[in-house]
Amino acid sequence: MEKIIEIEGLKKAFGKLQVLKGIGCAFERGGVVSILGPNASGKTTLIKSILGMVVPDEGTILFKGKPVINTFNYKRHIGYMPQIGRYPDNMKIGQLFRMVMDIRQEDTALDTDLLKEYKLESMYHKTMRTLSGGTLQKVSAALAFMFNPDVLILDEPSAGLDPFAAEALKEKIIDEKMKGRLVLVTSHILSEADEISDNILYLIEGQISFYKSLHTLKDETGEHKLSKALTKFLNLQEC
Amino acid sequence: MLKIAKYIVLDIVRSKVLIAYTLLLLAISLAIFMADADVTKGLVSITTVIMIIVPLVSIVYATTYYFNAAEFTELLVSQPISRKNILMGKFIGIGSSVLVAFVIGICIPVVIFAFSATGLTLMISGCLLTLSFVSLAFLTSTLTRDKAKGIGLALMLWFYFSILFDGLVLLFLYSFADYPLEKAMIVLAALNPIDLARILILLQLDISALMGYTGALYQQFFGSGAGVAFSLGMQALWIGVPLLLALRVFKKKDL
Repeated sequence: MEKIIEIEGLKKAFGKLQVLKGIGCAFERGGVVSILGPNASGKTTLIKSILGMVVPDEGTILFKGKPVINTFNYKRHIGYMPQIGRYPDNMKIGQLFRMVMDIRQEDTALDTDLLKEYKLESMYHKTMRTLSGGTLQKVSAALAFMFNPDVLILDEPSAGLDPFAAEALKEKIIDEKMKGRLVLVTSHILSEADEISDNILYLIEGQISFYKSLHTLKDETGEHKLSKALTKFLNLQEC
Repeated sequence: MLKIAKYIVLDIVRSKVLIAYTLLLLAISLAIFMADADVTKGLVSITTVIMIIVPLVSIVYATTYYFNAAEFTELLVSQPISRKNILMGKFIGIGSSVLVAFVIGICIPVVIFAFSATGLTLMISGCLLTLSFVSLAFLTSTLTRDKAKGIGLALMLWFYFSILFDGLVLLFLYSFADYPLEKAMIVLAALNPIDLARILILLQLDISALMGYTGALYQQFFGSGAGVAFSLGMQALWIGVPLLLALRVFKKKDL
């Protein structure tokens, strides 16, 4: 399989706090990778480094074989859904979508599945300030999938979504995977990761604890559920 | 870049704060011109007022807006746009909005009531002053992560340039009163965009005769074509240098 993102020796410190301590891994097309780990293990920093929102201190990130740190063109192949979507207060939903379309200026057909699924078009006149947390998440999700990106990066996507919306998002993620896209998801909800993931990347204190396919992990531990497999595996490692 | 500027201008128009600033400037300039038939006196009064208000509003408004639009910046950084274009787009958007407020509030009344070489100098210096303080605001905003700190730093800069600086110059003059300081004074004036604007406008008014020997030297230097060019060039540097520094910081900043 073609490697779409390759990371090597990635290090990042915020002041004295070393958040990433040399991360190295590669992600392939057509798969869902769940990035798991306890709080403050560096999941969001890793994602933000890939997106160029955080500038790493050391290491390289290759996107389709090209180094991307301090460049920006590769971002047209990425759809990003932030943990907490924050948008200009005075802007309306419709204006936001039109603005992003205007800025990206992509010729490809737009993917409006989620837009329809979440009935956002009927809310185009609402200002961002008045939206609830869940609706903001829906807007972020619709925006991330809109431009048919090769890579989708979703930071805690289902936090704040109602069960139906979360289900729709899950289906959408699986759809996109089938189309050969790479989906990177961080999550704390293991049952969800269990349903959608192909691979699990587990971070502890800024280092990769393991990076295995879900099958291998389950086989190695002899468990059927990700949550149990994970606990068993981590206990084994500690011994 | 221009697209980002366009969306920022649209957002600023919707927020109405700048409209209040425009009306304030308009009220000041109209009141001064209506109250006194002598337009030269009017221009001096306007100079005094705008040397305080214009830098203050420009730097505080630009800093506040920069921080309030932090979400917008985050959104843009995850899109395929270079950081340079994001920052320049913001500068063009905010800078042109504050500038339009100044043009409507001050320049139009000046053109109507007191169009002269002095009036023209006042308009140009005022515009450059506005932009240089927006540029300084960008520097303070990129240097700090926290809104309160950013606005605090902006206020300190304004306080330094409009009040402290003159005090320091006086102190310098008294300490080295035994030495010829005329050339040094020109260099010192160039270190403060407000002083540059003020000297340029006052020299157009022929009241520099009241300013003693240094005034005569200023007249000789800043009154000449080369002097005006030097002064305008320095004001342009006050726009460009802080902006370039802000750009360098912003390129490496974590969001």
